[in-house]
Amino acid sequence: MHLLEIKNLSIQIGGQTIFDGLELAINPREIHALVGTNGSGKSSLAYVILGCEGYSPTRGEILFEGRSINALRLYERAQLGITLCWQEPARLEGISVADYLNLGRRSVDGATYLRKVGLAPELYLQRNLDKTLSGGQRKRIELASVFALTPKLALLDEPDSGIDLLSIGEIAEVIHSFKDAGASVLLITHREEMVRIADRASQLCGGKIVLTGTPAEVAEHYKSRRCTVCDGQECHHA
Amino acid sequence: MPELNEISQILRRMGTDSAVLTDSQVAHVVASGLDLLSQQEIPGVIIRSERKADVLATQITVKREAQIANPVHLCIGVLHDTGRQMIQVRLKSEQDSDAKVIAHCFFPRARNVEHAMDGVIEIESGARLLYSEGHYHGPFGGVTVLPKARVRIHPHGRYLSDFSLTSGRVGKLRIDYTVEVDAYAVAELTAKVFGHADDDIRIREEVVLSGENARSLIKTRVALEGHARAEVTGVTDGKAQGARGHVDCMEIVKDQALAQAIPIVRVSHPLAKVTHEAAIGSIDQKQLETLMAHGLTPEQAVEMVVAGLLR
Repeated sequence: MHLLEIKNLSIQIGGQTIFDGLELAINPREIHALVGTNGSGKSSLAYVILGCEGYSPTRGEILFEGRSINALRLYERAQLGITLCWQEPARLEGISVADYLNLGRRSVDGATYLRKVGLAPELYLQRNLDKTLSGGQRKRIELASVFALTPKLALLDEPDSGIDLLSIGEIAEVIHSFKDAGASVLLITHREEMVRIADRASQLCGGKIVLTGTPAEVAEHYKSRRCTVCDGQECHHA
Repeated sequence: MPELNEISQILRRMGTDSAVLTDSQVAHVVASGLDLLSQQEIPGVIIRSERKADVLATQITVKREAQIANPVHLCIGVLHDTGRQMIQVRLKSEQDSDAKVIAHCFFPRARNVEHAMDGVIEIESGARLLYSEGHYHGPFGGVTVLPKARVRIHPHGRYLSDFSLTSGRVGKLRIDYTVEVDAYAVAELTAKVFGHADDDIRIREEVVLSGENARSLIKTRVALEGHARAEVTGVTDGKAQGARGHVDCMEIVKDQALAQAIPIVRVSHPLAKVTHEAAIGSIDQKQLETLMAHGLTPEQAVEMVVAGLLR
């Protein structure tokens, strides 16, 4: 049984079709990369899976562990084990990193999770999640907090963007750690080297998954502009 | 003395060890209404209090170069459901001194209470004063709080104030602070208020950066629910070369509450710079979804955002 299965998903936002009959399946303990051009709907797909406001499907079904979660609210999906590492995490004034790492859990050793994402606990645990943190620091903390939740499915929306080149390897290691801990990952990324750490990959274009295969196959297909949906017209930024 | 006992209990509820009122190393003033209940000086801190007709006047002086390790506690309020308290506070931090004053203001049963505080604060050159004012209010909202202060910070002085009214009903609040900041001096004013029901909040804080390289920050955080109203005015006036000021106001509204922010920035010297930011609205959806993605219910997420804002 797939951990997550999306069947015939369609959604319109503001009169615009975002997904039209999208199909996607993620296996247990799988890192599944998702590629696509800017605006192809990668982040939107993560929001639909999580159940964000304004992202309710007009048609189709989302199954998690074989059960439809369409009717569940965001926090109920989170309590089932689905969570999201946001591309641009929110700033939360007055909430410390230590408190944030403990959200939804009891007595997490925040220091361990900060070290995992390359941050020194003594410098960060007592800081607040406000605008004094850089975008890259905030992002690493978000990744640490999502890992601390021990989710079953982690939706990672470009965890590598805004991260310095020297640290990309660390981020890749953390993504592997999700799998080692028994979780599956939907990894949204623009970097080919990140696609290659996945077990499988899918390409999103024109509101559909146009190809699912090995990371090498999908990366090659994406770069070749042989998309069958848009005929290469929308995938031209590869 | 039963009133002192009750004030000690209130201090504990406010998170302060009531032993500060019996510790010989801690200076304090305790007054209920216009009655002075207790007062203690320590080396380096001179306190003079007297009742003049319908006013209780207190003068606190931190002596020159004194470094006061323990905060000075100012416990003032009205324990009864009806009453009026007018307090005159003269606070002086003499040259190169360093002290913290914590004001605990309590109105646990207020149904028809007025509390007016008229403060004159002087920070001499090189001195540092931290002034923290916390309020303990009851559930009835029958209190009018009128804190007024005129603050003068001399060259290289530092004044950091923190006003907090985040539990119980606010009632009617009128904050009116004016701070003049001299050369190389620093002023930081923070106010945090949580209004409920028909609470009525007006905050006016004005900073005049009159000296070269003077610095200031006015930071206001207000959360409102029910039919509460708030108007926050932050004024910063940059009058000297190198003066830098910032006004930062954030207000969260729920239900039918109404919030207004009026940042006023004035610059009358070409090399002064004053900036402001104001954000008013309902709680940011992304903040809520971020917390809910960690398993918090919508109610828990709202509570956490508001608590963080007012922390």
